[in-house]
Amino acid sequence: MSGLELSALVTSAAGLVVLVPGLAMLLLFAVPGWRVGSLVNVGASVLTLLAALRLFFLPPRADVLLHVDAFNIYLVALTAFVGLSTAIFSAAYIRFEVNSGKLAEPYLRFYHAMYQAFMGSMLLALLANNLGVMWVAVEGATLATVLMVSLYRTHESIEAAWKYFILCGVGIALALFGTTILYLAARPVVGTGLDAMTFSTLLPRAGEFNPAILNLAFVFLLVGYGTKVGLAPLHAWLPDAHAEGPTPISAVLSGLLLNVALYAVLRCKMLLAQNTGAIAPGPLMLTMGLASLMLAAFSLWKRRDIKRFFAYSSIEHMGLATFAFGMGGPLANFAGLLHMTMHSLTKSAIFFAVGQAAQVKGTQKFAEISGLTASHPWLGWGLVAGVAMIAGLPPSGVFMSEFLLLTTTFARQPWLAALLALGLLTGLAAMVARIQGVAFGATMPDKSEPPSAAALVPLYLHLALVLVAGVWLPEPLVAWFVQVAALLG
Amino acid sequence: MRPLGFGELSYDVAHLLGAIVLVLSFAMLYQRRLMALINIYALQAVVLALAAAWQGWVQGAAHLFVTAAIALLFKAIFVPVALRRIVVKLMIHRTIETVLGIGLSMVAGVALVALSIMVVLPITGEAAVLTREDLALALSVVLIGMLVMITRRNAITQVVGFMSLENGLILAAVGVEGMPLVVELIIAFSVMVAFIIFGIFFFQIRERFDTLDLHYLESFRGERR
Repeated sequence: MSGLELSALVTSAAGLVVLVPGLAMLLLFAVPGWRVGSLVNVGASVLTLLAALRLFFLPPRADVLLHVDAFNIYLVALTAFVGLSTAIFSAAYIRFEVNSGKLAEPYLRFYHAMYQAFMGSMLLALLANNLGVMWVAVEGATLATVLMVSLYRTHESIEAAWKYFILCGVGIALALFGTTILYLAARPVVGTGLDAMTFSTLLPRAGEFNPAILNLAFVFLLVGYGTKVGLAPLHAWLPDAHAEGPTPISAVLSGLLLNVALYAVLRCKMLLAQNTGAIAPGPLMLTMGLASLMLAAFSLWKRRDIKRFFAYSSIEHMGLATFAFGMGGPLANFAGLLHMTMHSLTKSAIFFAVGQAAQVKGTQKFAEISGLTASHPWLGWGLVAGVAMIAGLPPSGVFMSEFLLLTTTFARQPWLAALLALGLLTGLAAMVARIQGVAFGATMPDKSEPPSAAALVPLYLHLALVLVAGVWLPEPLVAWFVQVAALLG
Repeated sequence: MRPLGFGELSYDVAHLLGAIVLVLSFAMLYQRRLMALINIYALQAVVLALAAAWQGWVQGAAHLFVTAAIALLFKAIFVPVALRRIVVKLMIHRTIETVLGIGLSMVAGVALVALSIMVVLPITGEAAVLTREDLALALSVVLIGMLVMITRRNAITQVVGFMSLENGLILAAVGVEGMPLVVELIIAFSVMVAFIIFGIFFFQIRERFDTLDLHYLESFRGERR
């Protein structure tokens, strides 16, 4: 990489979005004290969000490393927004953990730096125009989260981190193999050089690639990045990583990282959609999506650990989104894009609530978190609202995307729609059954004081957004979704 | 590019080096002693470095020499030394337990090679002969690396399997002529490998468990009670 390209990376508006968390990471390594650290973390997230919002006011552009288009612009904004609200939640969460003696000072400096490293690499993965850069960014995001999952250094968290490392390491390795093969397919058409692996070069000419090699590449990319999406049967790392790490990390893993991995799969699917000779990626994605949905919906019933429960729910919803994109067509793709967005907002909100509930009660077990609406009305009802939304009850954005997906599937593949409905209802029933005790059961005694009320702000902010989206979607958002849905084929 | 085939030096040498990398993968499958396994890995990395350098020479691509240098310094020297130190310091058992027997592992390995040849060769008809066969060899190395990871319970051997899988990826990447960002990708991957090795040491697995054997680590499965 030459100095010229690096300077372009720094000066472009898209580059700034990646640069802010990158610099914040370096700063956070140097900042002593967790109080200052968590403030810097929030401040850097505000700046990142501002830089991301600035992209809306500039014309879309593509250079050799980064690009901004209709598909990634809203995901970048969403990622920066959830990154900020999680940083606010994290500040309250961390204060509680330090006061209760669960986390020690040196680990926290590291935690905050890794938080920004994680945000930066996810934003880089979304903005990357280059397949190779995207791969490096996804790998970086994995490394940052592995370190955070093992933050508590308990027996379970180390096992979870090791499992995450090994499974996602192999997944990422396969994605790199897929990237190499994709370049092999593209090489006779696009030639060599740094821009030969950029989406803006590949996409218009994907129709001329050798379809057989392109197919092979896609299978590797789907399995590789699909591991990170948490698609069955490659999901084994996901519940452990969510349950054993700090809750803010569960929120960003579920809300953001899974989206980024799915985004990577979809970028590659776009290339296949341009090539008439290639296999239809639909059936593969339908199968994996439906398998994830079913597996997760039925696994929900057996969970005793509340964070593990919502981790399985994430598998369910990523399965739904993958199913939608596998279905294809403007309507199903629209539903998939909407579902990615809504799941991201709702699930992170739920983790905000779950994190506080687990801190107050001093446990993650369902049996011991009980009667929240009576003892902590704001927290309890927030959790109930979040669960009602993620379960797909109207009026919420999740309901809208699921309804849209179900109707379009029913019109085209009634049998698949029946399976889809079965999965959705099983998940819904498990949600209702589990949340009753947590919200309305006999009140269990608190182990400690609840964290500050500031931690409730992100929760209600997210819930309000999902509620609004269920009633009214802003015009520009619809326009982007329609445009991207057409590109996805 | 002029067509290559048997009997031409550049083709034969590349083929030979790729094949040696694959043979060393098989050697990993039957090795029962930990230190010997690490030695085989180091040898594989040396041959990989030679293969990358040869491709750099044939393709006239200077950046592949950088790739070769990274493979030699990091993978063939630094990683094996670090692993040996970990084995000694953590007093890990020097013999490896396998899930599958040696014979079965070898049969599975041969089947994987056959599979990759059958997958890669028919569909890459348009690509150069050298690239096709390199890719088939590389895919075999990748799959056998995964097999090593699956059939061993010990954390160090899983990491060695992972790194030999990575060797397969590098073999593929240097074989595809003109692939951009090869060096950057390989550096990124090396960072990941370094983190894993660092992780074994600093995750303090040793501090909390008597063994690195993951069989013991999996004391809880799926759900805490």
